Amino acid sequence: MTNKTQTSRNRSQRSNLKVALSMAGLAAGMVGLSYAAVPLYQLFCQVTGYGGTTQRAEQAPDTVLDRTITVRFDANVGRGMDWNFRPVQRKQVLKIGESSLAFYEAKNISKRKLTGTATFNVSPQAAGSYFSKIECFCFTEQTLEPGQLVDMPLTFFVDPDIMNDPQARNIRVITLSYTFFPVKGSAEAATGEGTPKRDGT
Amino acid sequence: MAGKSAAAHHDHPTGLKRFLFSTNHKDIGSLYLIFALIGGLVGGLMSIGMRMELQEPGMQFFSNPQLFNTFTTAHGLIMVFFMIMPALFGGFGNWIVPLMIGAPDMAFPRLNNISFWLLPPALALLVISLFVPGPPGGYGVGGGWTIYAPLSTSGSPGPAMDFAILALHLAGASSILSAINFITTIFNMRAPGMTIHKMPLFVWSILITAFLLLLALPVLAGAITMLLTDRNFGTTFFDVTGGGDPVLFQHLFWFFGHPEVYIIVLPAFGLISHVISTFSRKPIFGYLGMAYAMAAIGAIGFVVWAHHMYTAGISLNTQAYFVAATMVIAVPTGIKIFSWIATMWGGSIQFRTPMVWAFGFIFLFTTGGVTGVVLANAGVDRAVHDTYYVVAHFHYTMSLGATFGLFAGWYYWFPKITGYMYSEFIGKLHFWLSFIGVNLIFFPQHFLGLAGMPRRYADYPDAFAGWNYVSSIGSYISGVAVLVFLYGVFMAFRRKEKAAGNPWGEGATTLEWTLSSPPPFHQFERLPRIK
Repeated sequence: MTNKTQTSRNRSQRSNLKVALSMAGLAAGMVGLSYAAVPLYQLFCQVTGYGGTTQRAEQAPDTVLDRTITVRFDANVGRGMDWNFRPVQRKQVLKIGESSLAFYEAKNISKRKLTGTATFNVSPQAAGSYFSKIECFCFTEQTLEPGQLVDMPLTFFVDPDIMNDPQARNIRVITLSYTFFPVKGSAEAATGEGTPKRDGT
Repeated sequence: MAGKSAAAHHDHPTGLKRFLFSTNHKDIGSLYLIFALIGGLVGGLMSIGMRMELQEPGMQFFSNPQLFNTFTTAHGLIMVFFMIMPALFGGFGNWIVPLMIGAPDMAFPRLNNISFWLLPPALALLVISLFVPGPPGGYGVGGGWTIYAPLSTSGSPGPAMDFAILALHLAGASSILSAINFITTIFNMRAPGMTIHKMPLFVWSILITAFLLLLALPVLAGAITMLLTDRNFGTTFFDVTGGGDPVLFQHLFWFFGHPEVYIIVLPAFGLISHVISTFSRKPIFGYLGMAYAMAAIGAIGFVVWAHHMYTAGISLNTQAYFVAATMVIAVPTGIKIFSWIATMWGGSIQFRTPMVWAFGFIFLFTTGGVTGVVLANAGVDRAVHDTYYVVAHFHYTMSLGATFGLFAGWYYWFPKITGYMYSEFIGKLHFWLSFIGVNLIFFPQHFLGLAGMPRRYADYPDAFAGWNYVSSIGSYISGVAVLVFLYGVFMAFRRKEKAAGNPWGEGATTLEWTLSSPPPFHQFERLPRIK
């Protein structure tokens, strides 16, 4: 009898352990998923153009539509970024599907070398998935010596597919916005001194 | 019998050792309830402090607005993690679930012990956070219980936020461990014959809550760990300068935060069913529907999180989805409310103390549910986002609803847990004072919110003075109600009026009423058989 209760106790302990371990695994899996959300969220924005995330393309499309669209350019710098940063041209009018070259100008007005990286989006946000960049200074980090002035090029086009999206087809003006931030760990860039500056105003 | 002799051998520690090293589900349940009582008093006093400040326009009670905001934040965190969860899930769950399923104890008694004892250090860390530097020139965490980045990263450089994050880590670990324990207990230790579809509804509610905890809390743990590393180790999960995105924190937080509100209220759903069925002397109407309505609420609760983020810049189509999904929750919730009413229909209702609290619960929760459907509309929400309308809504559901459920359970099981009867008069006085008090606090806040008064400010324009004054008076009445409650508990222990094994009569059909009051230290030496 004692033997029998012993074995049945062992069996129930084993089965308890099995349930507990699989539940602990579930919890651990959810922690993993919450971290997986970071790259997935990024991927999601890139694929869907969510939040005005722009697209990357290798080359301009073959079709150029007759309709024109206005692209406005906007420039900002983040906290602790002592750059003058402004678009060379305020706006461009181009045909949908046509690729275009635009320039931004940046000058390091601080007394030290600064490395920055630009975040970007377009508004209205629905245009994000149809705004494609072929070449952009924002794809890489930019380093400027003290006092150095550079022109930063960007090549882009508006995808003709925009005409097939009921939410985006009536967009006439797209604003492209860049914000330069100091790269984390680059020199003493992120000391936070000085207020955020808006250039070109 | 082998079992009996084993029980006799079992030593029965006393005093401090009994509770510090306890592996007995009833002792641990009592610890949870006492802990929740302390947490509730601390959090409640904070809310009275806030209402004192808001009673009149201008700053009169707090030295600076940051202090007011730390009170708001701590009130929210304490009430959620250190009052309502320890009381409903930890306290009643531990006490009642093993009794209801006819089990001798929880599956992992030592795990149960550590689950509880993680909570006091967690609360201590949170309290410490009030006294260490937070934002520049201020103390404590004042960013609200949602601790959104970047206010919680670059906006709050002092160690206060780190203390709060670690407090949440510990509280989360505690809940995850106890959720594992409950799931194992409920799956494996039901009495012979008690199939899943014969389980009492309170056990169902705890089982579903445990699953919600297991799926939601790790996401919070992940999110706040990212916050911690963003703050201290140079990662940039939520920092745009490194390619991160602060909105991601909101997504992660609310993926936890929305199921959390069901974690809070589901156990109350479960126990209200027992109270109503007991005092209507009828079995619960639509048992299976009730059980699966809870499961549906839990499941849908995971796919509606962005309705907290309508103003954070989500696209029109996404908003449309979250509006629709959120409104769907009203269906299973409606099933529950109408089933409770159908249970009462034609029953011989006794207006005992637990029953009046259950009525209060249904009224308050339904009110909060109605404003919830209003808020679910993205267009409306845009206007009242972060106003007192939202404050009123979530207090009616997760605070008043859950707390009235908690008190219904308290007065229902108090005789079982302590072995003493309480004074019906004091119980009902407590109810009426609370009911009038909380409605005076929160109903006018709907008006304030619709008039555009934003939440989380220590001051407001004179135009909002009238209803704020009423709201503060309500808060003092509720404070008096708490004193009545404490007096009632004190008197019950002093009068020592013995409670019968089943003080509620034929309506109380679950297994805990077959035992003596209080139950023996070890129960069900012979497992009960369920027909």
